[in-house]
Amino acid sequence: MGLVASGKAPKPLTKLLNLSRKYSIWMYQWGLACCAIEMGAVIGSPRYDVMRLGVIPFPASPRQADLVVISGTVTDKMVPSILRLYEQMPDPKYVISMGSCANCGGPYWDSYSVTKGIDQIIPVDVYVPGCPPRPEALLEGIVLLQERIGNEDPAVRWKGGPIVVD
Amino acid sequence: MTASGTDQRQQLAYVAAQAADARLNVEIETEGMTLNIGPQHPATHGTLRLVARLDGEQVVEAEPIMGYMHRGYEKLAEVRTYPQITTLINRIDWLGSFANEVPFILAAEKLMEVEAPPRAQWIRTALFELSRIANITLFLGDMAVQLGAVTPVFMAFRDREFVLNQIEAATGGRFHPNFDRIGGLKDDLPRGWIEDTKQAMEKMRNFCDEFEELVLGNEIFQARCRGIGIVPPEVGLAYGLSGANVRASGVDWDLRRDGQEALAYDQIDWRVWTHPDGDSFARYWVRLQETREATHMVDQLLDGLPPGPIMAKVPRIIKVPGGEAYAATENPLGEMGYYIVSKGDLVPFRVKIRSASFSNMSITPWLLKGVYVPDIITILASLYFILGDIDR
Repeated sequence: MGLVASGKAPKPLTKLLNLSRKYSIWMYQWGLACCAIEMGAVIGSPRYDVMRLGVIPFPASPRQADLVVISGTVTDKMVPSILRLYEQMPDPKYVISMGSCANCGGPYWDSYSVTKGIDQIIPVDVYVPGCPPRPEALLEGIVLLQERIGNEDPAVRWKGGPIVVD
Repeated sequence: MTASGTDQRQQLAYVAAQAADARLNVEIETEGMTLNIGPQHPATHGTLRLVARLDGEQVVEAEPIMGYMHRGYEKLAEVRTYPQITTLINRIDWLGSFANEVPFILAAEKLMEVEAPPRAQWIRTALFELSRIANITLFLGDMAVQLGAVTPVFMAFRDREFVLNQIEAATGGRFHPNFDRIGGLKDDLPRGWIEDTKQAMEKMRNFCDEFEELVLGNEIFQARCRGIGIVPPEVGLAYGLSGANVRASGVDWDLRRDGQEALAYDQIDWRVWTHPDGDSFARYWVRLQETREATHMVDQLLDGLPPGPIMAKVPRIIKVPGGEAYAATENPLGEMGYYIVSKGDLVPFRVKIRSASFSNMSITPWLLKGVYVPDIITILASLYFILGDIDR
């Protein structure tokens, strides 16, 4: 993908590329706490059904995923695993932070063991507020992310380098 | 003499050859392997990490490593007022949130010497059972999905929505109601709620019937669960198991019936389900029967709902007098209790939380010794713990 990575891809090609990326997101679910159940409802419940938006859950490994949803309380003990997960994902990669705990610590804002915000360790694209957010809220977060993917310049995200994991 | 001497020598040679063979077998067989499951794995439904030492396909030793979801509830409770603590403890066992509030409120009511009016107690009990249904429904789908059957979890999520709708209609919270107050409840039931709930209970009974055939009647499910992870009753009690895990071992013990708390369980007609086997199948079976029993209980509770107020006389600013109190109820996962020590302030001096999953979890090193690798998943799934309930 030298053409895309260098930013010299023609506009129609970029548009086509973004369109196809937007509707074929492989979503890795990092379910931690209460939000994981609401994320499960989004994936598993016929009432919400995320697949109609072109999102495919359950990739076999983070190495195949485009999007990771960090849902739930992140503790300091969990942080190294999340960092490792993020490093394993190939470019371009996106992160949705679901729920107040992952956004900012939520009800555990003064706890000694909770990380106050996942954005301290990895870049976050969409924050979904709520404790826990309703499934509809996560769906809206995914739609917002799709809009963002549709309008972006792939060269910004698409570094094309090898995956480096220590 | 010589003949028998020869025999003896031959025998010795045979034994030596056998021993050499055995040694050779040991050498060419397997070397030990350490298998790490987690801390985030779809089959552990949460952030449990399990380090198992394997010999071939058999587990020599398994150690659960916890603390990935530790949020420090007991410390946080020391700097929150009593109404604020209710918000927090909703999130201990996130599948049956309302059931977490009730024992805490009961313990605080004991200290304040207030008793909720009968109508509040009945609605409390009904919501308690609704949250039990919401909780166990997901277990029924989840254990099947961990054994490789994906369809039941979709059905569980589909039918769980009926119960969540009712909880939301009554309390305003789909997941974390935060509805229980010291001395009663926040609001009365909305109009038309009772009829809607009865319809939802009818649907849940259909769900239970469906699962009885679909999952319990499934040959593969039975082959994976029968005789796997047998907990003898005395061992289970020694490890502090509670709830459906001991009832599946034939122990007839249920805090709803045997406990001291002032809920409406003694005024309705229901039974405690037990199973003599104590294996993974029995644990699933008991939970399925309990879900169906809970739907009948909700129906009875809503039929016999007494009139009257829903809130006792309680001061606006809640200061709990000094003293100590313990209250425990039968949560969906087992015995959940709160031990509150108060010094007469706005905040408790100390809150000790006895959560069911932590004790249920403690049996896993004993139970996983000598089982095969696929059985790890069966046993962990059937013990049914929630990580927030373990780590707190």
